[in-house]
Amino acid sequence: MLKSFFDWVGNLPPLAQVPIVLAAFVVVVGLLLFFLEVAPRRGRVYSILRIAVSILVPAVVLFLFGSVWWAIAVAAVLGGALFLLDYRSKEGKGYVLQLVGFLAPAMFLLVVGLIYPTIQTLIQAFLSSRGRFVGFDNFAWIFSQPDNLVTIRNTILWVLVVPTVSTAAGLAYAVFIDRSRGEKIFKILVFMPMAISFVGASIIWRFVYGYREAGNSQYGLMNQIVVWFGGSPINWLQQVPLNTFLLIVVLIWVQTGFAMVVLSAAIKGVPTEQVEAAQLDGTNAWQRFVNVTVPGIRGSLVVVLTTISIASLKVFDIVRTMGTAYPDTGVIANDMITLAQNFETGRSAAFAVLLFLLVLPIVIYNARIIKNQRELR
Amino acid sequence: MTSTIPADLPIPGATTTRGAVERADVGNITRRSKRRLTSRGATFASLIIAVLWTIPTFGLFITSLRPQDQITRSGWWEVFGKWDLTTENYQTVLANEDLTRSFVNSIAITLPATVAPLVIAALAAYAFAWIDFKGTNLLFIFVFALQIVPIQMTLVPLLTLFSRGLNVGGETLFSGFQGAGLYTQVWIAHTIFALPLAIFLLHNFIAEIPSEVIEAARVDGAGHGQIFLRIVLPLTVPAIASFAIFQFLWVWNDLLVALIFATGDASPITRTLAELTGQFGRTAYLLPAGAFIAMIVPLIVFFALQRYFVRGLLAGSTKG
Repeated sequence: MLKSFFDWVGNLPPLAQVPIVLAAFVVVVGLLLFFLEVAPRRGRVYSILRIAVSILVPAVVLFLFGSVWWAIAVAAVLGGALFLLDYRSKEGKGYVLQLVGFLAPAMFLLVVGLIYPTIQTLIQAFLSSRGRFVGFDNFAWIFSQPDNLVTIRNTILWVLVVPTVSTAAGLAYAVFIDRSRGEKIFKILVFMPMAISFVGASIIWRFVYGYREAGNSQYGLMNQIVVWFGGSPINWLQQVPLNTFLLIVVLIWVQTGFAMVVLSAAIKGVPTEQVEAAQLDGTNAWQRFVNVTVPGIRGSLVVVLTTISIASLKVFDIVRTMGTAYPDTGVIANDMITLAQNFETGRSAAFAVLLFLLVLPIVIYNARIIKNQRELR
Repeated sequence: MTSTIPADLPIPGATTTRGAVERADVGNITRRSKRRLTSRGATFASLIIAVLWTIPTFGLFITSLRPQDQITRSGWWEVFGKWDLTTENYQTVLANEDLTRSFVNSIAITLPATVAPLVIAALAAYAFAWIDFKGTNLLFIFVFALQIVPIQMTLVPLLTLFSRGLNVGGETLFSGFQGAGLYTQVWIAHTIFALPLAIFLLHNFIAEIPSEVIEAARVDGAGHGQIFLRIVLPLTVPAIASFAIFQFLWVWNDLLVALIFATGDASPITRTLAELTGQFGRTAYLLPAGAFIAMIVPLIVFFALQRYFVRGLLAGSTKG
C-alpha cells in the first residue's frame, strides 16, 4: 500500500512530488496530534476511541508496509497491551498512548535506520566476508597493514587539527569583528564556504593546489606564487605527509564559518557587567578575553568542538574527490567505503567499529554534561 | 561602533550592552587610544582572514567565466592582464540535461528531507521535555549518542533493508522500496540521519519554555496535542528555522547518502558534479560553472534566513 502510494507519486514530475508528499505528511501528523489531544479525555466515546486507536493504528501501519496477516496479529497484541497499560496507568487515562504517539515516529526510524544497522555492523566485524566467524582476525588485519596504520594516523590527525584550528580561527575572527563596522559582511565572507558542498570545495581547491611542470604556465594559485618568487613549482598533493595537511586545510576552511557564527552569537551573550568590572580592575584586553569571555562561552565552545570533531571523523568527501589519486591520504571513513565496495564487509565493519571507538570519549564527555544539565532542571 | 549589535538577539543583558560600552568608552579616555590601536590591529587581522577565506571561491568564480580553452591552460589571475570573460559555460551548463535534471532532483530531495525530520524531531523533543516518564534521561542521552554512529556504517544494512525488505519466518513483514518512487529511499535515509542532532537541538530549546506557560495551558484544558501545536511550535520558530537551514545546507551538499540511495534518474547535483570531476575530458571545463550554480540555492537560503540562523543556534548551544 505504502509502496504503491510512493510509486504513484514517483511517476509525477519531480517538483509536483514535493507538495503532494508534504501534504500527505502534514495530514498524518495532524491526525496523530488530534488523537493525542483527545486521548486523556473522560467519557465512553473517548474510551472507545482509545481502543480503536490502540488497535487500528498498528494494523494500518503494518498493512501499509504490505503484510495482512501479520498486521492483524501484531495489531491485536500491541494494541491490547497498549490499551491495558493505558487503562492501568497511574498518570491518568491515555498517558501511554500520548507518550507512544510523540516518541514512536522518531524511535521507529532510529531503530530501523541507526540502531539495527549498527548492531549488524558490530556482528559483521567478527565475520569474514563469506560470513564465517573469525574472531578478531579483521582487527588483526587492520593493525598488520602499514597502509592501514597510515590511515589511522591520518584520521587522528584530522580529528586533532581540524576542530582546534577552526575553532581557534573562528573564535579569533569572531572576537576581532565583534562590534566592528561591516560585521555582517565580514561574517558572510567567512561563512560562505559552509554553503558550498565538499564536491564544490574540491573543485575550488584544485585551482589552488594545481600543478604543472616548470616552464608551463600554472593554473594553481600556490604554485604561481612560488613561481613569482622565483621557485620551481611543486606537486603539492604528492608530498607526504604535507598532502594530508593540505586536505585538512580544506575542511578547516569550511568549518571555521560554523565555529565563527555560533561563537560570535555566544560572545554577544556574555554579560557586559562582567566585562565592565574586569575593565575597572585594570585588566588588559587579553586578560579580559581569557578570564571573562572564554568562561562565559564555555558551553558553546564544547558544542562547536564536539560538532566539528564528529564532522572531521566522518569526513570522506574531500579525500574521495581530491586525494584518492595521491599517496598516503586515506582516512578511516573513506577506506570503509572502498572496502565495502570491494565486498570486504568484515574488514569494512572492523574499521567502522574502530571509528566508533575513537568517537566514544567525545560522547561520554557530552553525555555527562547533558546529564548534569537535565538534573539541574 | 555599537550600532551593529543585533537588537533582536534574545540575550538577557543585550540591551544594556549598548549603553555600557559607550559608558566605558567615555569614562576611559586614557585607555581610549590603546583600545583604538588594538582594534585597528584586529581589523587588519580580520581583513586578512576574510581575504584568505574568500580568494579560493573568488578564483572559482572568475574561472567559471573564462572561455573553455583558457580554463586549465593558465591561472584565473591572468584575467587581470587580459580581460577575457564569457557566460558561455553557464549557458552550456543550463543546456546540459544531466545537470539541469539533477538540479531539479536536488530541490525535490531537499525540501521533504528538511521538513520531515524537523516535525518528527519536534514531536520527540516535546515528549523528552514535557512528558515525564521513567528512563527519560537515559533514553535522551542514548539518542544524543546516536549522533556519532558513522553514517557509512549504516548505509549497507539500510540499503539491503530498502531493496530486499524484511522477512521473518517466511512471512514478508516489509516488502522493500524496490520500484517505489524515485526519491523515497533518499527521503527516508536523510530523515533518519538528521534525527539525533535535531532532537538534541530542539529539545534544548523546547525545554527552555517557562513551565508556567505550559501549566497555564494545561489548566485551561489543553491536551498535549494542542499545547504542542499552539504553544510549543510558535515559540520554537527560531530554533526550527535555524535547524531547517542547517539541515537544508547539509542535505543539499550531501554526497555520501546520494551515492548510495539516489541512483540513476534521482541523482542530485552533487553526485552529478562528482561524476564529472572523475572524468577529465570533454566536460571538465563545465565544473566551475556547475559548482557555482549548485552553490546559489544554499546561499539564497542562508541570506534569506540568516537572522534566524544565529538566533536559533544561539539558543540551542549556549547552555552549558
